[in-house]
Amino acid sequence: MVLSARGLGKDFAGFTAVNGVDLDVEHARIHALIGPNGAGKTTVFNLLTKFLQPTRGRIMLLDQDITKVKPDKIARMGLVRSFQISAVFPHLTVLENVRIALQRPNKLATQFWLPLSSLDKLNPRAEELIADLGLSQYRDTRATDLSYGRKRVLEIATTLALDPKVLLLDEPMAGMGGEDVATVASIIADVAKTRAVLMVEHNLSVVADIAHHVTVLQRGEILASGDYETVSQNPQVRTAYMGTED
Amino acid sequence: MTDATHTTSSTFTGARHLRTVMLIAILIFLIAAPFLFYPIFVMKILCFALFAAAFNLLLGYTGFLSFGHAAFFGGAAYFTAHAMKEWGTTPEVGILIGVAGAAALGLVIGLIAIRRQGIYFAMITLALSQMFFFYCVQSAWTHGEDGIQSVPRGHLFGLIDLNVTTNMYFFVLAVFLIGIGIIWRFVNSPFGMILKSIRENEQRTVSLGYAVDRYKLGAFVMSAALAGLAGGLKAIVFEFATLTDVAWQMSGEVILMTLLGGIGTMIGPVVGASLVVTLQNELATSDFPVTIVTGLVFMACVLLFRRGLVGEFYASRLGRRLGFRPEQ
Repeated sequence: MVLSARGLGKDFAGFTAVNGVDLDVEHARIHALIGPNGAGKTTVFNLLTKFLQPTRGRIMLLDQDITKVKPDKIARMGLVRSFQISAVFPHLTVLENVRIALQRPNKLATQFWLPLSSLDKLNPRAEELIADLGLSQYRDTRATDLSYGRKRVLEIATTLALDPKVLLLDEPMAGMGGEDVATVASIIADVAKTRAVLMVEHNLSVVADIAHHVTVLQRGEILASGDYETVSQNPQVRTAYMGTED
Repeated sequence: MTDATHTTSSTFTGARHLRTVMLIAILIFLIAAPFLFYPIFVMKILCFALFAAAFNLLLGYTGFLSFGHAAFFGGAAYFTAHAMKEWGTTPEVGILIGVAGAAALGLVIGLIAIRRQGIYFAMITLALSQMFFFYCVQSAWTHGEDGIQSVPRGHLFGLIDLNVTTNMYFFVLAVFLIGIGIIWRFVNSPFGMILKSIRENEQRTVSLGYAVDRYKLGAFVMSAALAGLAGGLKAIVFEFATLTDVAWQMSGEVILMTLLGGIGTMIGPVVGASLVVTLQNELATSDFPVTIVTGLVFMACVLLFRRGLVGEFYASRLGRRLGFRPEQ
């Protein structure tokens, strides 16, 4: 088990957003978190990555208790997240975006006395990541000028630069055209061969295609959990979630 | 925005050539300046230009509006003046003591202020710098309203007599160029890159494992130290350190200089400081109140050219054709 949560809960001024959530994310598997709007999926993400502090429960990452650890430390421990709104550095080039992620692990982040050219030695690795995700021709394009789909791909490239043990993707396909969805889905499936992936996704056909395990959230609590077949046959899920979806 | 996708390499080298030519021209001008103008006046401009550039390091390249930079500028002036007058240190040691003092002050104020953003950050820096102001009013070593008067300029490295105006001028110019050089390197360094990413998307930078508060604090302390470099230098040029330099009006003035010249550009603060100091000098002898004029200039700047003079030039058609890119 790479990442697990037990009895996770979060209250916002009297309102219980998440309650009693148990999750187990395994190596080399894609775990999808689905549920209607307002079910608490993003809150669970924020709790797991410590952007929010849980009110109740315990989180374990690689056998270490991370319930009280800060978000930047979590990232250094190998749990890296993406955001619902594409998280790129808009006025930096594609290469620079990926290099930002490479700077810290390569101990090239605090030197204020070195020239920018000192970062050039990170270029081969950055270019490799960019090439892997098919962005080579946009190497020197500023992120803001990329299409929406490519911004999301760049975000994944940047995340992979940290070589994370666990990847948390918050709606990686949101707002994408059909073509981009297929590309990103295959990238995620590929990435998950060597690391654990937990993703929030609304696109159920993608979930059916690539997720090994599905957890359904409703009003902050787990409604069902299992493989896609089992979950989609669950009558409660059908009425509560799938029913409203069609 | 649509035509911003690609800038061809030829316009880039064009801009680089132009920049080199401009830099050389400015350098020649600065070397000739004491023979063309009143040297003390040019030295005053250089001190304030360095102060504004240090302030811009924080506002323009980190995105933090400090309303308390007078504490570092004026504080360092006191530290340097005290070291040279009471302990008899040489000017370079005096300045280093001023810089160290300003950096220490920056560390304390930064540690408290960096936890908040926007207007709260500005208010905390203002409040803490006001506390420092009243400390300077009260404490014995700063001599209250009188300030520290008749500070000896001394001999640089114990050798070069700074009472000779030309010597003094070239010392000021050297320190100014070193200060600008440090800022340039700081902005264009691996550290500067992370600062840029924090300004662009802080949450994302955190999620990539960066303890962003430490980087912000680093930038704050560097900005404070360089403001201190300018303040210490000014104390030696004018041979005194007074409450004027630690007062909140000074924090406001440096904001005006930076805004007027152009936030986030290298030479904007230098241009802004030159204009404001010249304006103050010209109006000092007239009956017209300086504060009203600078206030009007500030309003015009905010209403008509928000990028500042240099920023507007970079963003103009001519500036773009020359290959400059306005900082966003």
